[in-house]
Amino acid sequence: MNPTNYLYLSALLFSIGAVGVIVRRNAIVVFMCIELMLNAANLAFVTFARMNGNLEGQVIAFFTMVVAACEVVVGLAIIVSIYRSRRSASVDDASLLSR
Amino acid sequence: MTGEVILFWALAPLTVLAALGMLLVKKAVHSAILLAFVMIALAVFYLVQDAPFLGVVQIVVYTGAVMMLFLFILMLVGVDSSDSLVENIKGLRGVAIFTSLAFAATLTSLIARATTGRDPVGLELANGEGNVQGLAGLIFGEYVWAFEIISALLITAALGAMVLAHTQKSPEARLSQRVRSTARFRGESIGTAAGLPGSGVFARHNAVDVPALLPDGTPSDLSISNLLAQRGDVQETKRYSLEGLPKLDGEDKK
Repeated sequence: MNPTNYLYLSALLFSIGAVGVIVRRNAIVVFMCIELMLNAANLAFVTFARMNGNLEGQVIAFFTMVVAACEVVVGLAIIVSIYRSRRSASVDDASLLSR
Repeated sequence: MTGEVILFWALAPLTVLAALGMLLVKKAVHSAILLAFVMIALAVFYLVQDAPFLGVVQIVVYTGAVMMLFLFILMLVGVDSSDSLVENIKGLRGVAIFTSLAFAATLTSLIARATTGRDPVGLELANGEGNVQGLAGLIFGEYVWAFEIISALLITAALGAMVLAHTQKSPEARLSQRVRSTARFRGESIGTAAGLPGSGVFARHNAVDVPALLPDGTPSDLSISNLLAQRGDVQETKRYSLEGLPKLDGEDKK
C-alpha cells in the first residue's frame, strides 16, 4: 500500500486537534487536543521514515514523544495550580488581563 | 489487496471518528477515552509501518503513562466541571472550523504534490539488523547530544511539576483542636455536633448514594456527600421516605 494515505490521515487528525484547541474551553480537553496534534505529527514522521528508507524519522518521533511527556507533566501541574487558586479549569476564566 | 490495506481502511475511519468525537462529547472523561482509542490505533499503524519499537513505546508512554496522568488530573480537578458550549467570542467556532478545513486542504494538496510519482523506499534495508538495533545506533551515535539534552529536559520537567504542584500550608491557617471543637458546639446547630449521619444506614439499601432515613421516616440530605450531589449521582431522596410507619407498641395509647 502507498504510505501516502497515512500522511493524509495525519493531516486530518492534526486539523481536528487544532479545531479542538480553539473551540473547547476546558483546559484539560484543550490539552488532550494538543496531544492529538503531537500524535498526528508523529504518525507523519514514522511515515516519512518509511518512504525515505531511513530510520531518522522514527528517531525524531521518539524525541517528540519524550518532549510531549514533559509538556504534559508541566502543563497539568499548571492546570492544577490554577485550579487551586481559581476553582475552575476553564480557559475563559483566566482573563484578568482583558479588563 | 494486502492485509495492510484492509487494516488501514478498517482502522483509519474509526480513528477519525474517535478524534471528531473528542471534540463533540461534553464530558472530559469521554474525551480522554476517545483519545486513548486514537493513540492505540496510532500504535497499530506504527507496528504496521515497520516501527515496532515506536509502536510499543506509544502504548507504554501514551496510553499508559500520559493518559493515566490525564485521568488522574481529571479526577482531581474536573469531575463536576462541565464544559459550557456557549461562544464567548462571536463567530469563533465558524472561523476555527473554516480555517482548519482550509489548513487540511492545503496540507493535503502539498502532500499530494510532494509524493505523487515517488515510490516509497521501505525500511527493509534500514531495519536489516533489527528495528531496535538501528534506532539505538542512531540515538546513541549521531543523535547522542540531542538525547542528553532530552534527558536534561525530562529532569527539568519533573522538578518543575514538583515546584508548581507543591503548596506549603501556612501555620496560621491550621486550626487547633480546641478552636474546631468550640466551633462545632457553638455553631448553628448542635444537632450535628456528634458528626453527620452515615449514608444508607437506616435506609432500605446500604450504599453511599442512598440517603439515610431518620427515625421518623424522612430521608436526611446531610447523609450524602456534597460531591455526589454535584455530580448528579444521588438517588432521589423522596423515594425512600416511609409514609405509613408501623405503629410502635403503646404509641396509639398516648
